[in-house]
Amino acid sequence: MTLLSVLGVISSAIFSGTSLLYTTLGEVITERSGIVNLGLEGVLLVSASTGFAVASLTGNPYLGVLAAALAGGLMNLILGYLVVTRRGNQLASGLALMFFGFGLSALIGKPYVGAKIKGLPRILLPGLQELPRLYASLFRFDLLIYLVIPAAVLVWWLLFRTRWGLGLRAVGESADTAFASGRNPWLIRYQALFVGGLLAGLGAAHLSIAYAMNWTEYMTAGRGFIAVALVIFSKWHPLRAIVGALLFSAAVAFQLLLQSSGIKVSPFLLDTIPYLLTLLVLIIWGGTRKHAAPASLGRVYHGTE
Amino acid sequence: MPDQSHQGSAQTPFIAMREITKTFPGVVANDQINFDVYRSEIHALLGENGAGKSTLVKILYGYYRADAGRILLDGKPVSIRSPQDARRANIGMVFQEFTLIPALSVAENIALFLPELPAVLNRREIHRQIQALSERYELHVDPQVMVAGLSVGERQKVEILKLLLSNARILILDEPTRVLAPHEVVALFRVLDHLRQDGYAIILITHKVKEVLQCADRITVLRAGRVAGSLPRAEADEGKLVTLMFGRELVGPKAGRQKARDEAVPPLLELRGVETRAEGAETSLKGIDLRVYPGEIVGVAGVSGNGQRELGDIVLGMIRCARGKKLLFGEDLTHASIGTVRRRGVAFVPEDPLTMAAVPFMTVLENMALTRTWHYARSGGFRVDWQAIRSDVQDAMGRFGFSFPLYAPARALSGGNLQRMTIVRELAHGPRLIIASYPTRGLDVQSAIAARQALIQARDDGAGVLLISEDLEELFALSDRLIVLYGGRIVGTFRPEETDAYTVGHLMTGAEVQHV
Repeated sequence: MTLLSVLGVISSAIFSGTSLLYTTLGEVITERSGIVNLGLEGVLLVSASTGFAVASLTGNPYLGVLAAALAGGLMNLILGYLVVTRRGNQLASGLALMFFGFGLSALIGKPYVGAKIKGLPRILLPGLQELPRLYASLFRFDLLIYLVIPAAVLVWWLLFRTRWGLGLRAVGESADTAFASGRNPWLIRYQALFVGGLLAGLGAAHLSIAYAMNWTEYMTAGRGFIAVALVIFSKWHPLRAIVGALLFSAAVAFQLLLQSSGIKVSPFLLDTIPYLLTLLVLIIWGGTRKHAAPASLGRVYHGTE
Repeated sequence: MPDQSHQGSAQTPFIAMREITKTFPGVVANDQINFDVYRSEIHALLGENGAGKSTLVKILYGYYRADAGRILLDGKPVSIRSPQDARRANIGMVFQEFTLIPALSVAENIALFLPELPAVLNRREIHRQIQALSERYELHVDPQVMVAGLSVGERQKVEILKLLLSNARILILDEPTRVLAPHEVVALFRVLDHLRQDGYAIILITHKVKEVLQCADRITVLRAGRVAGSLPRAEADEGKLVTLMFGRELVGPKAGRQKARDEAVPPLLELRGVETRAEGAETSLKGIDLRVYPGEIVGVAGVSGNGQRELGDIVLGMIRCARGKKLLFGEDLTHASIGTVRRRGVAFVPEDPLTMAAVPFMTVLENMALTRTWHYARSGGFRVDWQAIRSDVQDAMGRFGFSFPLYAPARALSGGNLQRMTIVRELAHGPRLIIASYPTRGLDVQSAIAARQALIQARDDGAGVLLISEDLEELFALSDRLIVLYGGRIVGTFRPEETDAYTVGHLMTGAEVQHV
């Protein structure tokens, strides 16, 4: 294995891991408030198609990113209406949202299949100017990539160092207690869903506007579900999510490299490597009391009489 | 009438509740209740389970909304429609089920309720505030630890700190002593006394008459949703309060000592040198030798956390013996499953019925069937004979003189009803050995008497009972033999008539033993 292919794996892990990390961060916030969003796949698709369409119409990739984020936030608010206001079952509502997202994104994206857009500009990682061109091209990243680690730190800070985060975590642990402390659990859950949706939208934007730079139906290929799994993997902690997203993407990139290297193993088997890795890590980490799921995750808050 | 104050009517009450009425489907929980609290006063709200005490204070705290009535704060009407409104009126409440979040730290739990919490948390400042206040009122607790790791007594301290820091001037405590060990109760009353001197108004809900007489300035008794009477401490005595609570005087059960035991009878339960390994803050049992014979009640005294829970758990098989042997009914069941132990005829009333004895979202009837599914299974396990379960339960309820709804989900039951449900389930089928942990905790006086009567009946029918309790009076009244646990060891074995509460209390606190 050459140095180039190793660097290639790293670069590809960063590119495909970015959208995953934004989405995971969003889902960490949502789940910390007590809501599992199984419809994330649909949210990503609607965001990706909307962002791509706006970028294509306006010719401005940044407007596309903004549109994608807002679309993600709005999609999550639909879930909010179902599970917070209408007090529906989170799993069923999430799945319904996903299928809705499949259809809606296909509709939005239809006119733009095969369209060309100006993607997010890429800037070489500072300090690597000396690298040969072939290598340097692997490290030309867009703004969203540079912002993803700060975003993770920001989410950590919001959750653990601000009043809003404290209230949000309290709602996820015990909505009754949060209510007793004078907070509005319904409002906080809506807020968490909206912010989580914005982040998922950024992830989707990176996918369609910066990474793939095109729109194809179902281009997210399960990323929404992987993000839900990564939240568990990272034990609902935004900083651990960085490791999770990178590890998973590296595994994907690595197995693609193996496939292209002509190794004599069925590609279908190789495809399972990242998922096996996820399973393995979940088995090893297990569930300890200290980092267990938020106590009222998935529960409907009914309020009092 | 309740609005006559022993402090003189010139002073306006801090809080005055007027003609408060609240109905729930099928029950009038509060019927035109008047209730006053003054500054620097501990006002006890006394009544049996379901008398409407909790409902009344939850209305004051904005948790429920009254159907009718007014609340006056310093003589001026206020509208309290949510806990937020209550907090703004400086009213704070410690619920029966603590509202601390186990996954958050002590400081975070307290910060959640701070009135002027800045948008960005200043953790050092929060720690400082907690420490300053915990010094003043002897409520010592480390702000940085997770609440999950705290004992019940420590959690209560956090709850009180939380109220004080949230600027509450009226403190409502809903049965604060229910879960506390005797020495913790004394400490709590000391804290309350200190708070009263500092001008706080305290509403103390309880159904323990003795405690009320110990610490309250004024006592209001509720019965069936109405005020049965309100009187200053000086005019109250036990008989009067009990009469107000029940409308008549109650007589406790006569245990009647069992005759001298025939030594040849084999024991039902025999523990030989049993030891357990404990994790973290738990207590491990050390060298426990214990026998329980048919037809005797063995009382286990001890301050909570000295191995009582582990003792009950090890008999049932919830935890493993690290060393030693457990013989049940003459059979070595050291490593047997709980299912086997139960099938041999062991009944278990755990200390916390909601988390240990009931599945909250299943109906009471389903919960009743849980421990005996093999008995009610028909067609090789494909069908359950609900008719049989219901008739068994109704039969048992009649025998014990308990009644509770059968088709409500268990989580909707009050603490007392849950305890009744557990007792009926465990004692209904003539068990040979009964492990009862705090069987009367959370029960009103009448039900507690019935529960004790049920244990005595079981003993007279030849069952062995291991009675774990912190209520020394109960232990002395019921036990044929008493053991004292301290630090996971048996530090004393007595016949109750040969000793007294003072000696046992002394051993419970470890005063006379060389602690290892």
